[in-house]
Amino acid sequence: MKRKIVSVLVCAAMAATMIAGCGGGSDDAAATTTEETATEETAADDAAAEDAATDDTAASGETLTIGFAQVGHESDWRTASTQSCQDVFSAENGYDLQFVDCDNDSAVQLEAVRGFIEQDVDYIIIDPIVSTGWDTVLTECQDAGIPVIVIDRTIDDSDKYAAWVGSDFKTEGLACGEWLKAYADAKGITDLNILVIEGTTGASATIGRTEGFNEIAEREGWNILDSQTGDFTQEGGQQVMESYCKSYEGQFNVVICQNDNEAFGAMDAMTAAGVSYGVDGDVIIVSFDAARTALQYCLDGDLNAVFECNPLAAPMVEEIIKGLEAGEEVETEVYVEESCFAHDDTVPSISVNGVDTPMTVLTQDIIDARAY
Amino acid sequence: MDKVKKITQKRLFLPVFCMFLVMAANIIYDVACGEFAFSFFTISVRNGVLYGRLIDILNRGSEIAILAIGMTLVVSASAGTDISVGSVMSLAASFCCMLLAGYGVSSTTELAVPLIVGVLGGILMGCVCGAFNGTLVAYLNVQPMVATLILFSAARAIGLLLCNNLIVYVRNDSFKFFGGYLGFIPTPIIIAAVCVVVMALLLKKTALGLYVQSVGINKKASRIAGLNSSKIIFVCYLVCGLMAGIAGIVASSRISSADSNNIGLNYEMDAILAVALGGNSLGGGKFSLAGSIIGAYTIQAITTTLYALGVSTDVAPVFKAIIVIIIVTIQAPPFKAYMKRRAARKALAKGGAAA
Repeated sequence: MKRKIVSVLVCAAMAATMIAGCGGGSDDAAATTTEETATEETAADDAAAEDAATDDTAASGETLTIGFAQVGHESDWRTASTQSCQDVFSAENGYDLQFVDCDNDSAVQLEAVRGFIEQDVDYIIIDPIVSTGWDTVLTECQDAGIPVIVIDRTIDDSDKYAAWVGSDFKTEGLACGEWLKAYADAKGITDLNILVIEGTTGASATIGRTEGFNEIAEREGWNILDSQTGDFTQEGGQQVMESYCKSYEGQFNVVICQNDNEAFGAMDAMTAAGVSYGVDGDVIIVSFDAARTALQYCLDGDLNAVFECNPLAAPMVEEIIKGLEAGEEVETEVYVEESCFAHDDTVPSISVNGVDTPMTVLTQDIIDARAY
Repeated sequence: MDKVKKITQKRLFLPVFCMFLVMAANIIYDVACGEFAFSFFTISVRNGVLYGRLIDILNRGSEIAILAIGMTLVVSASAGTDISVGSVMSLAASFCCMLLAGYGVSSTTELAVPLIVGVLGGILMGCVCGAFNGTLVAYLNVQPMVATLILFSAARAIGLLLCNNLIVYVRNDSFKFFGGYLGFIPTPIIIAAVCVVVMALLLKKTALGLYVQSVGINKKASRIAGLNSSKIIFVCYLVCGLMAGIAGIVASSRISSADSNNIGLNYEMDAILAVALGGNSLGGGKFSLAGSIIGAYTIQAITTTLYALGVSTDVAPVFKAIIVIIIVTIQAPPFKAYMKRRAARKALAKGGAAA
């Protein structure tokens, strides 16, 4: 009997913790959902009530209803992307944004887009969780006469969208290569021996950044000693770098990390191995993404340079929507502007694909002013 | 000759032999590269801390070794595996970092609560998960795989919720201690050693080890003999959860953050593999804790060796699989029986010729 009571108690305790755990986190999630449903309902009511009126208002450009099906909120990068959309498409700017957080569930995302069609929004923005399986729903959008704008990730099996806005990973890689060349020239380093910590195998960011960087490396005849994947994680970067430090002891002077987290791990591993890195060190280290923490490291001189992967696509999307409203032809592929950051002004600017790109010298003000 | 036979017939001979086999690959590689033959095994003190591939194996293998302790008990007592340990690691790490940073904070250098509260909280979370699994398996007779499947999928998600779906960074030097160094020895090695020694003493010096084995061999008979079978199974799962909690703290301290999506990912499989590589039967019953620990370090030795050989990480799992197949085959009873028969035939032929 005693045992039964104990077991029931333990079960109850576990359930309580789980509920408490869920409750803690899902409070606002639940709140947002209800809020969303509420707004959706009102929006639906409004749409029904103003059905006749909507066309007029849309035409006169007073209020544009925009549906945004976001991937989720898994990283600081994603949060910044969401924030950017909410800032640009605010009520003050004359927009009514219907935001749905799909929590990385592609079925939810398809439903969200169908919901937008039913609400008869003016434009739909999608950050596709998966790249395939979109043709049917995009055809529905087309039939309803609602232009779709895709941001960040790509849709591979359909071209029934008005435009795509996102990052050019290859250019990021090229920029990194060009910077490294200019930096090495300025510092008088002739022999570059490079170690690369790649991102997740097959990810578009990994492919693009590798392709871009290798192009420059080949052109300049640099020696890439090794290239292993760190899976975009700190643990991965740390473990790969730990091994690099032993395999290529004293042979390398450049480490390229394909995202910030890998760079954090690599720095830990090099510190433990007694290898000096950064601006005053023996090893040049650069990373991609440029979230706030990485920029702080760059400002402190632990990272030589950071290449941005810009989550703030919304301003470009607004441009496209304005263009479409005015009945203009819009570009179907738009790349967001991406900056390059460096600790010092050794290299004032680089030329990528014939375009001059300035290297921004970091200050605390720049970091504080950034959204993520 | 008899001495050699005695050694080869020891229970732990094969696991140890396999581990050396893996490491021997490095000697061949180093010689082939024209380097010092034992450069893989060189341990030096650099930057005030121990440095070398062997240290890497011991250091990086700590989490799996800690998990393997709990997994061995679970396998032995319930003839099932606890597949939730990786997720529980992640949950414990998330809970610990959430306590240290405060809810909703994504990066902090100041601790919100004393370090010990966060760490004990994380470990306690592991225990709670272990108790949950234990209750399901021991008292409700749910199959271990099914029972632990619940937390396998849920624990990581709960961790994400606790961290408000963000990676929580605790950039405080005191928190780095558990994944850093104590004096000149990496702390994870010490933590793993302490866990192993404490559990080994507990199993050897008390009757617990015997109880666990007897429950594993025959639960009903043990009960009739006067053992509280359910309680023993429950304790095994509790210990497994505790170990997962400790491993979670170590993994999280290493990267001074709680990356719920990645901490302990696929570690449950490595822990189960460690138990199997140690020559333990997954069917429960008799077990060897030392075997599992050796198995855990063998897995890490394979990983470190592949890094050292410069095998591209894309194809590394293939080589890992091949090595595991070889090790498992060497230890398989039919293979052992075949080798024995062959040896016997040879001896017979020799004997016949002599006569």
